[in-house]
Amino acid sequence: MGLTGIQIFQLLPKTNCKECGVPTCLAFAMNLAAGKAELKQCPYVSEAAKQKLAADSAPPIRTVEIGTGKGAFKVGGETVLFRHEKTFVNPAGLAMLLNDDEPEASVAGKLKRFKELSYERVGLTLKGNAVAVRAAKGDKAAFGALVTKVKAETEGGIILMAENPEVMAEGVKACADRKPLLYAATPDNADAMIALAKETKLPLAAKASDLEKLSALTDKLAAAGVQDIVIDPGSREIKKALHDEIHIRELSIQKKFRQLGYPTIVLPFEMTKDPMMETVYASMLLAKYAGIVVLSDFRGHNLFTLLLERLNVYTDPQRPMKTEQKVYEINNPGPGSPVLATSNFSLTYFIVSGEIENSRVPTYLAVLDTEGLSVLTAWAAGKFVGDALGGFIKKSGIADKLKSPTLVLPGAVAIISGDVEEELGSGWKVVVGPKEGAYIPAYLKQNFAQ
Amino acid sequence: MEVKIPTRAYSGAIRPITLGKGGKAFTVGGETAFPFYTFEGQMPNQPRFGLEVLDLEPSDWPATLLGAYGAVVKDPAAWAKKCVAELGADFVHLTLAGTNPNDQNLPVDHAVKVAKAVAAAVDVPLTVWGCGSAAKDAEVLKAVAEALSDRRLCIGPVVEENYRQVGAAALAYNHVVIASTPIDINLAKQLNVLLGNLGVKEDSILIDPTVGGLGYGLEYTYSVMERCRAAALTQQDDKLQYPMYCHLGVEVWKTKEAKLPGDADSALGDESKRGVLMEAVTAATLLAAGADVLVMRHPEAMRLSRELVKGLATG
Repeated sequence: MGLTGIQIFQLLPKTNCKECGVPTCLAFAMNLAAGKAELKQCPYVSEAAKQKLAADSAPPIRTVEIGTGKGAFKVGGETVLFRHEKTFVNPAGLAMLLNDDEPEASVAGKLKRFKELSYERVGLTLKGNAVAVRAAKGDKAAFGALVTKVKAETEGGIILMAENPEVMAEGVKACADRKPLLYAATPDNADAMIALAKETKLPLAAKASDLEKLSALTDKLAAAGVQDIVIDPGSREIKKALHDEIHIRELSIQKKFRQLGYPTIVLPFEMTKDPMMETVYASMLLAKYAGIVVLSDFRGHNLFTLLLERLNVYTDPQRPMKTEQKVYEINNPGPGSPVLATSNFSLTYFIVSGEIENSRVPTYLAVLDTEGLSVLTAWAAGKFVGDALGGFIKKSGIADKLKSPTLVLPGAVAIISGDVEEELGSGWKVVVGPKEGAYIPAYLKQNFAQ
Repeated sequence: MEVKIPTRAYSGAIRPITLGKGGKAFTVGGETAFPFYTFEGQMPNQPRFGLEVLDLEPSDWPATLLGAYGAVVKDPAAWAKKCVAELGADFVHLTLAGTNPNDQNLPVDHAVKVAKAVAAAVDVPLTVWGCGSAAKDAEVLKAVAEALSDRRLCIGPVVEENYRQVGAAALAYNHVVIASTPIDINLAKQLNVLLGNLGVKEDSILIDPTVGGLGYGLEYTYSVMERCRAAALTQQDDKLQYPMYCHLGVEVWKTKEAKLPGDADSALGDESKRGVLMEAVTAATLLAAGADVLVMRHPEAMRLSRELVKGLATG
């Protein structure tokens, strides 16, 4: 940003009216400077200030919202190049391609999977975001009919893929109230697509064959008053596609190059015919900056894999992921099973639960809320200690399910075993387990195999 | 409209490190730009792919993985040979899982015997990897380093607790050490400083940042690798200017999701494709962060990852 928070503050009303959602004009100015707020959130800013600030206060990459209600999702709004600098903002949207010349059974199967494939993980629901309906036939009626069907059967976002404006209009007619993304305006059809997007106030994708032509095209769109833009630089081989993604992100963030300050859309299925390779290309582009990734199909094996990657890439690197505090049952434990204790840092939980599963030994895993700290860090911070752990185990009531309750502590905190024993009382046997997750299977097999 | 592509001025480079000996030896590293940012720097050596061989028949591999190898998994030498001759691995990574004191605790003799047999079966570069117990690995890797003194092995994991013993053995027999630290840029740097102080040469170190698999901590590895690469290339952090060795197959294939059964229509999809994709996507993500040497388990995942590298490096 050219202007500092203080410089921006000078141009604001300084009334601290709070209507923008933050307590003071200064705080709002700081948010503007950091690209975390938009000027239009201030209802009282003067025209003169608006003009002066407009060029400077918008985030370097525009945030575009697609879809409505539960199916709405945002893309773009990114502020950094690397996730260790600051959390990536809006997870890439994952879309499933649906052609209007696909056999009915294929359409039905795809829509079914789109609706049903969803995964619970670390308290989040992971699922795909949109259906991309493509006018493969170039026939208005066929396109409109499929869009109508998709709208009726799904809640997700819709991407309308047609380059003929008349065909596109048919799709828009069928689902405009669902706020679809129109893909795409090209240098050849831009005028008609702009008219359509302006009339309906829908987000519009711009597609050109290189970054120069794309910049000219978005310039034209913006001049005509289309603001919600998604861009496709047209690269259809992986090296160029990756480089274009990098150039677009760096130009918009480092150079404030407005013409490319928009989320991108990538189509890996146009880079290869092999669905496996398509997934691998998608994963590379997901790591490096794609805003929307359109896949030829959603299957559990490709969708789940990419959702996990997206989760990993877009988590906040500063804040540890946490798992819910509770006693988990692994491998169908019974009255004779041990209780292993660990922290609720999600990585710790995943590793420990994974190792227990590998051991195939029926086990209870007691996960203590340590505010996302790992076992040793939590111990050092006074959170993984005798009374906290003992109190949680007692409250959980797990002892009632066990014949001779045995609690296994992580080896790294053997030092707390006396305190835990004291807290739990004589009904429990407290033992010290291995220091590393990798040794858990061998430990369980040796000591608790049935 | 003119678009001027911004480019960085890099101030450092990754050291080229040669693995193995003879006709099949190869060099990794040498980058002067971020991974695949070939519009602003060089990537003279493409990332390399190896397959993992265990000293004992695997007990916890799912059928979808075992099926890719068949009966050879009972014989490490035959297995290694298949990895190279049929499956096209650039190198073989032999894991001495059986030496684990918390498990079978097989003696040093066993390790040396298996390592020699595998070395005799293949002429590509060979990694010999311990069980992860620092004390046992010190003993085992020292003996292997001596027994295979003519091979310029990669040996690891070399950790803070055993770097003196293993580092000295590597130094004595001219092997490459894989310096392994738990997902932390400062610890990675510190271990390389220690190895340097010990006398291990700059042309004989690889960094193992420790890999978290997809959905199991990959994000931590990813950012530590990006930060290592940034420090090496833009802040002239000389102790981080080494290629990165990523032992990823084991991390992916121990997760429950890689092993669960299922057909193409089930919630997690086709089991024969899911694990492969989880491994290939983990590899792709690590490649984006700077992986130079990748140890994989499924040959099909290796093929896909290699195809990606081919596209990115030469397309």
